[in-house]
Amino acid sequence: MNKTEFLLELAEQLSPLPFEEIEDSRNYYSEMIDDRMEDGLSEGEAVAAVGDPGEIAAQILAEVPLGKLVKAKLKSRPALRAWEIVLLVLGSPVWIPLLAAALIIILAVYLVIWSLVLSLCAADLSLAASAAACVAAAVPFAVGGRLAVLAFALGAGLILAGLAVLLFLGCKRAAKASLWLGKVILRGIRSCFIGKEAAK
Amino acid sequence: MEIQLKRGLLDVCVLAAIKSGESYGYQIIKDMKPYVEISESTLYPILRRLEAAELLTVRSAEHKGRLRKYYRITEAGRRRLAAFRTEWDEILAVYRFVTREEESHE
Repeated sequence: MNKTEFLLELAEQLSPLPFEEIEDSRNYYSEMIDDRMEDGLSEGEAVAAVGDPGEIAAQILAEVPLGKLVKAKLKSRPALRAWEIVLLVLGSPVWIPLLAAALIIILAVYLVIWSLVLSLCAADLSLAASAAACVAAAVPFAVGGRLAVLAFALGAGLILAGLAVLLFLGCKRAAKASLWLGKVILRGIRSCFIGKEAAK
Repeated sequence: MEIQLKRGLLDVCVLAAIKSGESYGYQIIKDMKPYVEISESTLYPILRRLEAAELLTVRSAEHKGRLRKYYRITEAGRRRLAAFRTEWDEILAVYRFVTREEESHE
């Protein structure tokens, strides 16, 4: 291995580090090899005396604090490549309407669910109202002494009231489920943009 | 502990190698050789650490058409060397304690 090969290998192994750090190491080992050659060693001997570039790099990396490594990694993460940007821009007439359509469909489905819940509530209200009306209508019969009709009206009112209470419980359930579904959908949409872990 | 102690010792040795005048990497290794063997890859992080701690300063100078780094000890570096003498007394005390216990067991 000659000096150039050694320095190339070293730089390659140190690639997780910031550029200045790599240059600093390269300069140091370049100087060391030159000084040994000046001392009478051949290029090959000098390189061999300095050691294996892989081991040297591993030792340097082991000394680097983790924070620095992470920072260097973040910095070196490539931004969108040119062709990716071109694709995004050229594809925008297709993907923007598609994305909008998907969002609108989700919104529409959600609204339909809520309107079902609302109609359930309306039905419940009408049940409750008719129960009250039945009871109110029974009052004149009590005064008139027509007990059979009174019993029928009161019974109908009670049955309607019972149904209303049952349906009210159903409405509550349905509304809760719809709220939950809304949250799930929102979370799903968020996670599309900022990644699953951050969405929570 | 063992590695920590050796690391601290080598730091002081490198400072001692440049206390009488500025020197460069390969010269430091050669000057230390009769006392303690140190490789290039061991010396590199020590020099960087000492520079970061401002115990030595670095300058680049041309030498035969290439750049060479020269290291010079600072005042803080000299104080570090002076402090080593007192530290060594403590280490000797530890040494005496360790060996004394060894003898009493035998």
